Amino acid sequence: MCRIGSIKSKVPVHPSKALHLMLPQQEGHDNSGFAMVMQDLYGVFTEYKDKPLLSLACTQRGAQLVEDYMDSHNFVQLAEWIPKPNKQQGLDIKAMPYYIFRNYDYPEQYNDKTQEEREELMLDTRLALRKILEETNEGYVYSFWPDVLTLKEIGDPRDIATYFRLWDDSGMLVAKSIVTQCRQNTNYDIVRYAAHPFFIQGYTLCANGENTFYTKNMEYQKSLHRGYTGFESDSQNFIYTLHYVLRQLKWPIQYYKHVITPLPFAEAEQREDKKVLSVIRQSLGHLEINGPNTIIAVLPSGEMITCCDSKKLRPVVVGGDDTTIAISSEVCGLNAILPNRDMSKDIYPNEREVVVINNDLEVQRWKQ
Amino acid sequence: METVRTQDVSVNDLKWKIEYCAERCTMCGSCVATCTKNAIEACISHRSVTVSNAHQPEPVKEHKAIPVIKQVASIANACVGCGMCEKVCPNHAIKAVRNIDNRFNLLARDHGPIKRGGRTNLNAQRTLDSIIVGRISQMTDPALDSERHTFDIRAPFGRVLLPGELPLISENGQLTLTGKTPPVNWIYPLIFSDMSIGALSTRAWEAVSLATAYLNEKHNLPIRMCSGEGGMPVKLLESEKLKYMILQIASGHFGWNRIIKAMPRMKVDPAGILIKIGQGAKPGDGGLLPAAKVAEHVQAIRGVPKATLSSPPNHQGLYSIEESVQKMHLSLNAAFGFRVPVAIKCAASATSVSVYNNLLRDPYKICGGFFIDGIQGGTGAANEVSLDHTGHPIVSKLRECYLAAVKQGLQGQIPLWAGGGMGLTGNAAADAFKMICLGANGVFVGKILIQLLGCIGNENGRCNACSTGKCPTGICTQDPRLVKRLDVDKGAQNIVDYILALDSEMRKLMAPIGNSSLPVGRSDALVTTDKAIADKLGIQYVC
Ligand code: SF4
Ligand code: SF4
Repeated sequence: MCRIGSIKSKVPVHPSKALHLMLPQQEGHDNSGFAMVMQDLYGVFTEYKDKPLLSLACTQRGAQLVEDYMDSHNFVQLAEWIPKPNKQQGLDIKAMPYYIFRNYDYPEQYNDKTQEEREELMLDTRLALRKILEETNEGYVYSFWPDVLTLKEIGDPRDIATYFRLWDDSGMLVAKSIVTQCRQNTNYDIVRYAAHPFFIQGYTLCANGENTFYTKNMEYQKSLHRGYTGFESDSQNFIYTLHYVLRQLKWPIQYYKHVITPLPFAEAEQREDKKVLSVIRQSLGHLEINGPNTIIAVLPSGEMITCCDSKKLRPVVVGGDDTTIAISSEVCGLNAILPNRDMSKDIYPNEREVVVINNDLEVQRWKQ
Repeated sequence: METVRTQDVSVNDLKWKIEYCAERCTMCGSCVATCTKNAIEACISHRSVTVSNAHQPEPVKEHKAIPVIKQVASIANACVGCGMCEKVCPNHAIKAVRNIDNRFNLLARDHGPIKRGGRTNLNAQRTLDSIIVGRISQMTDPALDSERHTFDIRAPFGRVLLPGELPLISENGQLTLTGKTPPVNWIYPLIFSDMSIGALSTRAWEAVSLATAYLNEKHNLPIRMCSGEGGMPVKLLESEKLKYMILQIASGHFGWNRIIKAMPRMKVDPAGILIKIGQGAKPGDGGLLPAAKVAEHVQAIRGVPKATLSSPPNHQGLYSIEESVQKMHLSLNAAFGFRVPVAIKCAASATSVSVYNNLLRDPYKICGGFFIDGIQGGTGAANEVSLDHTGHPIVSKLRECYLAAVKQGLQGQIPLWAGGGMGLTGNAAADAFKMICLGANGVFVGKILIQLLGCIGNENGRCNACSTGKCPTGICTQDPRLVKRLDVDKGAQNIVDYILALDSEMRKLMAPIGNSSLPVGRSDALVTTDKAIADKLGIQYVC
């Protein structure tokens, strides 16, 4: 079982904070990986917040292939941050030769295109790069989007952090929103793409648990959108459904919960909106989630949300203060980074609840 | 000495032979009175016996004429092994035993093809029994508690739209429906399948409908029952209970005159309409109700004289699938104001996937379900050659249809219902569950219901005399004397008890795989010990 956590803050925070949130939860864990998505970036990326940022782990040849592709598609490189790893002996990390974080400007022909069209371009570019790198086995591309940075690696989270010098807050790499996960690998071969958080077109998501409807979700999602690929992890089902319901169908956020964990028939029958709920359940039956799980997601608006499976089989807690709110699988994580918060205000969402943290750190909690 | 004539029929030529013990028989005559086939008779046998009537043994050889029960050596009166004589005999003096050296199939075609009812006796293979629910939730994810957790055991009957086709608008954070969507009823994933009044005795049909109403009203299980071709009593058409009924229209359109006339007085809508195109037990063959079963009340319900009623193999006037969708689906939808889902039932066939694909592409979005009936389905009457040699197993066909929909991203749009052999070994919950994991939304059952009422027929050639009007259990005959053998209340109770157990068993199967909703298409939950089945169905092979 993975442990997941996230931080949303009014002031930029450093990844070490996310690590401190996660490490107390690692007791008894195989520590097979660490991954995070940072959004609303500051430090080295402050000036390029509106320019797509490519997050990449690859070989030298992979880097060349990516460069060739980007050049030939008229993307103009604006800035680049390549971490200088600490290659000390004995670290438990299966490092790739290169980690590249690079801002691009849109191709010239996109100057007068709509935001929507640019968003499609960014997705297509990521998918194309993924294909090239997959075919040649030369690397991994995780996200290509403004103000979003993804880092994933296999190994012990502590050692991964040492390798990337995440323990020392140099001020280069900070963000107001971080979603992170430490892996316990269970079902799948250890592949980098299977590590959440996942990202697609402004949506970030990580999940703690199992989705026992993986097969039926996957079989359906494959035909829904070209971006729904990979399926290395059953947690990808959650993000694809989130993206589908909110971005493709343009439904309000509250319906996401109705899609993944519909109310039992008997309960839905009592509701005023039973007709709407019923057609949703009918038409999106193959996107229902079963099994024990909790998710943390970030929406394109920057709002951070969390909710659980319909039986509340996996834990999650939300807590914080005026400047920082964190979500964590286990409360020990919160205690590590926010020891002075008012614990009586911690929220343990139930199986029907969704908790939303907006950009002013106001916490909304509602029942589906 | 008599001369043996080679062509004479002897009991040795018949499928069942009577084992009779004259020493035990008291000549009460019960067996002869009970036998509906007139397969046994009382007669006098000339015996040479040794008797001793004194206090000490004083054996004396005597020649005696004694009354005995004897099997009739005739094809028309061939014993069907129903076991009623054994059941009724107070002295255990008689029973029927299988005669493996019989020549029945060679001799019984003297009046044309062999006709019988029941089920296939040749293709009763059980694919489902080599499939196991093998993906159990442990440690990585917890199993659910079948007693404590809530489970949503419901299946759609009706046309489902793609999410993008739903007439929903988003206003102030709320979705509102702005138009009509096709009617969909969420019902129990097991339908009491179409056995008509006519094929069944009125009492047997009544028992099934009683069980249906009871399960709905006392146990809150939304079980639906399909009428079968031929309509139903007007009283029922005009009662509230019609909502539990799916009305069937088959190629003979029998009973629809009365249904249409009753429409203005219907208090509620029926649960659905099922257009029967074909039937798994005799695909490509029409319906058949032999004259022997067309009793007065059947004539009344169907509006026909006493005669053998044949429904043609096709719906007249439908020459193509597009047309069938247009004509039949549209007119039946329209007849009930587009409030009642209309589904279609076909015999499983090598062509089922094409049919399903065509239905999925129908521009009216009007087909509310595809019922596929496999070769192991039952029938009231058919040629034996159809029963045993035509048809298609259901399991792989259902799977193929589901995967065809998956390929197009249309799974769930036209719910798939599978039948034909569900519950063949008495374990309908396991069969239903496995079919659901393979992609069915639900299953339909028929034979198992009449077996619960008391039918003793089986796949090994026992009884299957449903076409003769001489059903020994009173289930599929209209003979008032035989029909009295059936206790309606007890029969209904057997069905209710079975379905309640089945409902618990469904939970017992859902809980360990960690699902609180039906695992439609969750093929990853299944494994099989048969490599060929694994390859065909796309599930894991295990050994
Ligand atoms: S088994 Fe049935 S058909 Fe055969 S003799 Fe007995 S009662 Fe008659
Ligand atoms: S008992 Fe009646 S219903 Fe059953 S097989 Fe015999 S004739 Fe048919």
